[in-house]
Amino acid sequence: MWTLIQIELYKIFRRPRTYIAFIAVAALITIIQFGLKLDGKSYTDFLMKDIGGTMEIDGNILNGYLICYIMLQLLLVHVPLLVALIAADMISGEANMGTLRLLISKPFSRTELLLAKFFASTVYTLLLLVWLAILALFLSLWIFGTGDMFLMKSSYVVLLSENDVFWRYVGAFVFAALAMVTVAALGFFLSIFAENSIGPIVATMSVIVFFTILSTLNIPIFNALKPYLFTTHMISWKEFFDIQVNDANEAIVGSIQNPQKIVNSALVLVLHIIGFVGGSIWIFNKKDVLS
Amino acid sequence: MTSLVTKVKAKLDQVNDYEAEGNMKTDVSFIKAPIGKVKVYFKKPNKFRLKKEGGISLLPKGGVSVNMSTIITTSDFVALAAGEADVEGFKTKIVKLLPTNEASEIVITTLYIDEPNLLVRKAITTTKENGTYEMQMSYGAYANFGLPQKVIFSFNTKDYKLPKGITLEFDDNEKPLSEAQKLKNKKGRVEITYANYVVNKGIADSFFK
Repeated sequence: MWTLIQIELYKIFRRPRTYIAFIAVAALITIIQFGLKLDGKSYTDFLMKDIGGTMEIDGNILNGYLICYIMLQLLLVHVPLLVALIAADMISGEANMGTLRLLISKPFSRTELLLAKFFASTVYTLLLLVWLAILALFLSLWIFGTGDMFLMKSSYVVLLSENDVFWRYVGAFVFAALAMVTVAALGFFLSIFAENSIGPIVATMSVIVFFTILSTLNIPIFNALKPYLFTTHMISWKEFFDIQVNDANEAIVGSIQNPQKIVNSALVLVLHIIGFVGGSIWIFNKKDVLS
Repeated sequence: MTSLVTKVKAKLDQVNDYEAEGNMKTDVSFIKAPIGKVKVYFKKPNKFRLKKEGGISLLPKGGVSVNMSTIITTSDFVALAAGEADVEGFKTKIVKLLPTNEASEIVITTLYIDEPNLLVRKAITTTKENGTYEMQMSYGAYANFGLPQKVIFSFNTKDYKLPKGITLEFDDNEKPLSEAQKLKNKKGRVEITYANYVVNKGIADSFFK
């Protein structure tokens, strides 16, 4: 099994297109950092317009922690496309090249083959997130410095103490990894139905775009659907950055406002991963492979 | 009444500068902030700086000069007696201070002065730009200098709302209803509890820039 995973990883990382994702993430992050470094004050002034009427805020608001949060909000919507580029190609790519039939004639089961391919695409996804974390968090901390995290939500603001932020990012990245592996599992599932890569990649993105729009639309008729859409749960990483307050309205350091929501969302995502991968194995084991 | 205020001012004038450590608690309905350690610096006549550990501090607008010295910094005022009142068990004289300078940001200040101890127990200040804020003070070891151990600011807060499109939040119920209700319509409060005053040791002007 380990050999199979190594072979699949070798296949992924010898293709130039694998590195498109890493380059795209690096380009996006550095351009945002560059823009905020040059003109971050205008950005924060714009955000502070409302709160500035009541409070005076002193200190380095635009520090590495806030920059990373801003980037995660923007990028975690687009990273699924980069994940789909590889995951949705895992089976369909072999079918397209005509190597799938040859591959399943080797002395290991179809289940082992699929699991190895899925683990390999998971490794790719996790590496992409590690790359994202290095650039968005550590590079931002190096460029913009560290400090308390001042987060503006739509109806309230959260001030997190400097020593209460890093563990939240660890949690958020672990959660984001789960969300991206769910995307990988979806792409992987769709890839068993096609004999070229374009179809499953576009289909994966279409599903995500469609579900994301339904998740974000605040129309009552769609609200009932939201809990059942995995895209609704993919953004629960933000919950790590909301803090509980006690009766005296003091924020409780080390707390999360709604930990149950994180657990529930994580469970929903895990169930989706199991469903997509299990479904892939079940269908592929019954499939007549002709290419 | 002017003589009473002048005596209080003379007591406060003993302090040329001070540095103090303390804890700051922010209680504003739309702010979730933990209690933070702060360092406060003051230099005559009205230089003031508050530094929070971790870097970001939230203070009521216009109430930055959070000490009595800056409120009674000017000598151009008219003092009017307005009766007596009890403030936390202390008998106080109510004095209305009206600045004579038209350009003054302060419209009126009401002081509740503990006459025997020459301490201001409470002050309500109405400003032109930043509304009215109230300061309630309790004193400890540095009462001789007129420096409080604890200051509670109360001020009116405006509504805070940012469009979800800007904050990129699309999920509903971002805050449980009971908590939102609990926090609704509250006045803002900032509480600073001071410790370790260092008085008249000299602070460079550049520090306040």
